Amino acid sequence: MTSTRPAPEPDTASSASAPAAALHTGTSDPRTLIMRNLRQSGIYVAFIVIVALFAILTDGVSLSPGNITNIVLQYSYILVLAIGMVIVIIAGHIDLSVGSVVALTGAVSAVLVIQQGQPWWVGVLAALAVGVAVGAWHGFWVAYVGMPAFIVTLAGMLLFRGLTLQVLDNISLSPFPAEYQRVANGFLNGLLGGQGFDAFTLLIAALAVAGYAVSEFRTRVARIRYQQPVESFPLFVARVVLVGAVIMFFGWQLAHARGLPIVLIILAALVIGYGLVTRRTVFGRQVYAIGGNLSAAMLSGVKVRTVNFWIFVNMGFLTGVAGVIYSSRANGAQPAAGNMFELDAIAAAFIGGAAVSGGVGTVVGAMVGGLIMAVMSNGMQLMGVDQSTQSVIKGLVLLLAVAFDIYNKRRAGTSR
Amino acid sequence: MADTLLEMRSITKTFPGVTALEEVSLTVRRGEIHAICGENGAGKSTLMKVLSGVHPTGSYAGEILFDGKPVRFNGIRDSESVGIVIIHQELALVPFLSIAENIFLGNERRGAGGLIDWNRANAEAGTLLASVGLNENPVTPVIQLGVGKQQLVEIAKALAKDVRLLILDEPTAALNDIDSAHLLDLLRTLRERGITCIMISHKLNEITAIADSTTVLRDGRTVETLDMRDGQVTQDRIIRGMVGRDLTSFYPDRESAPGAEVLRVEDWTVRHPVQDRNVVEGVTLHVRAGEVVGIAGLMGAGRTELAMSVFGRSYGRDVTGRVFMHGRQVRTRTVAEAIANRIAYVTEDRKRYGLNVIADVCRNISAAALGKLSRAGWVDGNEEISVAEQSRRNMNIKTPSVMSVVGKLSGGNQQKVVLSKWLFTDPDVLILDEPTRGIDVGAKFEIYTIINRLVADGKAVILISSELPELIGMCDRIYALSAGRLTGELAVSDATQENLMALMTKEKEPAR
Repeated sequence: MTSTRPAPEPDTASSASAPAAALHTGTSDPRTLIMRNLRQSGIYVAFIVIVALFAILTDGVSLSPGNITNIVLQYSYILVLAIGMVIVIIAGHIDLSVGSVVALTGAVSAVLVIQQGQPWWVGVLAALAVGVAVGAWHGFWVAYVGMPAFIVTLAGMLLFRGLTLQVLDNISLSPFPAEYQRVANGFLNGLLGGQGFDAFTLLIAALAVAGYAVSEFRTRVARIRYQQPVESFPLFVARVVLVGAVIMFFGWQLAHARGLPIVLIILAALVIGYGLVTRRTVFGRQVYAIGGNLSAAMLSGVKVRTVNFWIFVNMGFLTGVAGVIYSSRANGAQPAAGNMFELDAIAAAFIGGAAVSGGVGTVVGAMVGGLIMAVMSNGMQLMGVDQSTQSVIKGLVLLLAVAFDIYNKRRAGTSR
Repeated sequence: MADTLLEMRSITKTFPGVTALEEVSLTVRRGEIHAICGENGAGKSTLMKVLSGVHPTGSYAGEILFDGKPVRFNGIRDSESVGIVIIHQELALVPFLSIAENIFLGNERRGAGGLIDWNRANAEAGTLLASVGLNENPVTPVIQLGVGKQQLVEIAKALAKDVRLLILDEPTAALNDIDSAHLLDLLRTLRERGITCIMISHKLNEITAIADSTTVLRDGRTVETLDMRDGQVTQDRIIRGMVGRDLTSFYPDRESAPGAEVLRVEDWTVRHPVQDRNVVEGVTLHVRAGEVVGIAGLMGAGRTELAMSVFGRSYGRDVTGRVFMHGRQVRTRTVAEAIANRIAYVTEDRKRYGLNVIADVCRNISAAALGKLSRAGWVDGNEEISVAEQSRRNMNIKTPSVMSVVGKLSGGNQQKVVLSKWLFTDPDVLILDEPTRGIDVGAKFEIYTIINRLVADGKAVILISSELPELIGMCDRIYALSAGRLTGELAVSDATQENLMALMTKEKEPAR
């Protein structure tokens, strides 16, 4: 969670009035301020409420060091998929194949490493290469043939599930060597010696907080220099302190369990990297432009086909990453691996505020959306809620999240 | 009063934070054509939504009397049940359904057992089509009709509902002059048949030609209701009411001083993307620095198709011809190449082709020239904001902030955002396709001023417009297109609406 941005961060198109609301802190009464910010940050508030709810329902077990570590390990691959998925969705597409492709990449890796005895990194590279190739395949049909992604990836879902079965010859393969297992199950621990907790994890958390504070401060200074509205200074400090406290609590709990999970480092790097790619690069802008108005993007000189192609290649790459993490965690490859992962990833993106019609969504939003699903599943498991009820509740949450979003947009849109 | 059909009294409608209508009153006589005009945002559409029940009784203050009796509408169905029918600017026809199916949509002609009696429906549709002067088979899918004919289908649909008060929102905005004239004739016929009509329009020449009364709205208030029957009310008189000031010269003056040639297009031919015909055929034209060149043509003359095909082959297939910039032949096979050769094209339909309406002002302005704001693929967000702020000041874009979503701005301000976007690409020639369509008089004047500033800075401008006074008021030279061919070129000193129209309709008449 090191990179989770706080509520009032003016992000992409969705938060146009947030700075304006903040600007009026001195004049507008607290209630309107809260209401305005609530609209922008409903998803974050919902996340906090859900975390608090399950902390109470489970007598604090859900926030215990061991359980927080578990959530990270169990849902990391869904979050990795959600990063790619939100980009696909922003551009106005969908990818239904990622579950099958997770299985295929894991299977290829398992065949190489387990059956043929190749070193662990050959398996990792092969999985990534297969992911990229699948992405290029999808990208070709969507971008250059002009087929709807729904159909292309629905076909891919069947196709790559079938290939998985063929690669594995219908059997499961296990176990992976220890190095390979470390990708998803390993920890950095005791690098600075232990005093009953892992000082290294705390150091990393502290660095993350410092990095976050510095970057936020620099953004603020730049915005002031360019005469853009910013939130009042006490509010700014409160926000940075709050996020810092959350990160430190998270680090503290990890430090008292098994240390810093390697997969968390991978995930954090991806979230920060893709957060920057979507917000700060020409490619990212073009993705939003295509999803927002395809014709306008074309007539603005965006090479729509090229961008669409690379969106799917990127989705394939991240699916490969998720395939490695999943096979590593499962310590093997199964023909049915990754079943329904696409739906979890799509749900994460939509709960996180992405629009069905494209053009809207953020990587950080998708991460929070994914975490909401994760915390809920995990909490309900801790409480012993049976599988069928869990499914019903998760379905309702997805439905209500998107309904809430549409309601908000409609209300925001009635000003004329 | 017996001759009053509709009276809206002291209508006040507020939205959160905005008062859209304040104490607006409207009195419409039985059997008249009553025009409503006002700048965008003056409250015309809101008033019609109140009247048609889109904004239900209770959501506004004031009362509505129809036929002398107070009425309460909670939706379109309520208002239609007393005979009030509204036809929106964006036509609400289902493209793949037939004319008859559209006409009776929601008003189906039922036979035995509640099933639809299509024979009866098609026969009745045929009668209705004849009454609006549309010679089409009722089973033809609507998608095969042009906009003008679709408009007639909408009116036939209203007649099928036994309309007593027909409301038309900008009925001629998308029509060419011939279709517009036909529509106005039809409205006169309907008036003779006793159908009362409210017409919202920006086209003042049509209002003066057809309306019996005109109510002018400004900033959510009724300014005045003018009696037009004696023909004394001029367009200038209406404009004065709309903007509250005299526009002595509606088109700002400009010193004409054309320099060297900037863009030349030679022998340009474009085939229709699916049909087997040339949309543009052998067109050669040029524009010089500091010059505004107009392109006049009716709907379907190939104006937009010409511009879009030059701009990166964005339209058509088998495009042939040569493009020269500053006398040197250049490639414009993709939009990126066209932009790199300093050509900019401001599209006809802002919302569909020009803007990402769900993104903010800042990102729209930078969208066509992100390369200028980025290094190694990374966008300098702060520089982007300062560019947007600069445009906002230069163009006088009225927006709470450059971070505001473009979709919430008025049409005129959206158009200024599109212009800003293209100016930021630093073009030598700008092709403006209907740059003032659907924006209010004040914003139009601002756009004209911006165009003049651009040519004073040595840019070349090609202005595509359906409004002949606009072309004559703004251009140095005007080309006329008819059915894809260039039929004439006039210096503005020689151009009149009459001789331009003669060139625009030269050769063959557009197919009916």
